[in-house]
Amino acid sequence: MKRKKIVFLAIVAMAVVSGGIIYASDHIDAPSVTNQTTDITDLYVFQGANTNDLVFVGNTQGLLTPATTGAAKFDPKTLIQFNIDVNNDNIEDLVIQCIYDAASNTMKVYGPIKPTAPGLVSKLEGSVTASVGITPYGASAPIVTTKNGISVFAGPRDDPFFFDLDQYHAVLAGTASGFRNPGVDAFAGTNVMSVVVELPKSMIGGTGSVNVWLTTKKAM
Amino acid sequence: MKTTIKLLVLIISGSMIFTACKNKGGGPAPTVYYQQQDQVGRPAINTVFNVSTADKEAFNITVPSAMQAAFQAKFQARLLALNAGYTTNALGLDAPTFTTVLSNDVLGVSTTGKTTFFDGTNVLTGRALDDDVIHTELLLIFGGTKGTDNPGLTDDNVPANDVAFSTTFPYEAMPH
Repeated sequence: MKRKKIVFLAIVAMAVVSGGIIYASDHIDAPSVTNQTTDITDLYVFQGANTNDLVFVGNTQGLLTPATTGAAKFDPKTLIQFNIDVNNDNIEDLVIQCIYDAASNTMKVYGPIKPTAPGLVSKLEGSVTASVGITPYGASAPIVTTKNGISVFAGPRDDPFFFDLDQYHAVLAGTASGFRNPGVDAFAGTNVMSVVVELPKSMIGGTGSVNVWLTTKKAM
Repeated sequence: MKTTIKLLVLIISGSMIFTACKNKGGGPAPTVYYQQQDQVGRPAINTVFNVSTADKEAFNITVPSAMQAAFQAKFQARLLALNAGYTTNALGLDAPTFTTVLSNDVLGVSTTGKTTFFDGTNVLTGRALDDDVIHTELLLIFGGTKGTDNPGLTDDNVPANDVAFSTTFPYEAMPH
């Protein structure tokens, strides 16, 4: 029992909680991205309702509340990029790039397209393949654009992540030695800024399986 | 003399403005480059397996093809610190193999079948909105071979989102 508690405290110590500030990505992340528009919360990739399609969901700016969501915005200097490796070498063969344009209040999507060069530095590749107006907070229905077979959404959404993070806090405080049952979702009632792109699998290719990761990049 | 100077100043500044206006419209905009700030493959990997701020920061700007070399040994040490009794897990992976998989932080996605993090049958074929990824990861770290070890640590007992997802695009629920 004591050993379990020590082990669990070790995990909790790793879940970065400091001075009441909860870092967000994966949802708990490094200080340099905390509370920035570059702060990723989650990546999801799954078959669409049409199983010929893949859906890419990239969420940023977590722990938005109803009080703070209205003011949340995408950042024209933050590139949100899905990276796709089709030959299992963990180097991106294709990218789907999402960048906010303030003048038109739209999210512009580039790709899927082979990047000029893989790695930490990117530039926008090719021309815009689809774009969508940002769905405002409070809209009764999401704004969706479909073009060239690609559907896009961009705007605030309920945070789809669920986890009893508060129970971690209880263990850190020494008032619990394990998870409670039932657990309580610490992310219930919170929002994120979300980009959702659905497109035909044929645009991705590969031989049955691909590797995907999400990156945010800041204009230099 | 004063008038001449004033006139000269006017003419010069006028031509400068004119020149500036001419230059503003001409030539292509310079290419904007974007420098990586954050990165995610599978959920919670950086949170659980990187301890120091330095490691967390570094992980966010390490390209996946370089991650294993930089992080596998650290991840293995962390796994054993978390669970000193770790031998294998429900996927049959020993510590070196499990942390090799984890340190290559990319999300595997099937393009031919069901996409899920883990549904009991399909393993790491994607990540659907309703996948209980936390339970899966806790199980693989603490659950042992059969998933029955450390029962207080293998499930946070939050099996689903607070609101239902949609079956149609964009699938995520409206904001609160």
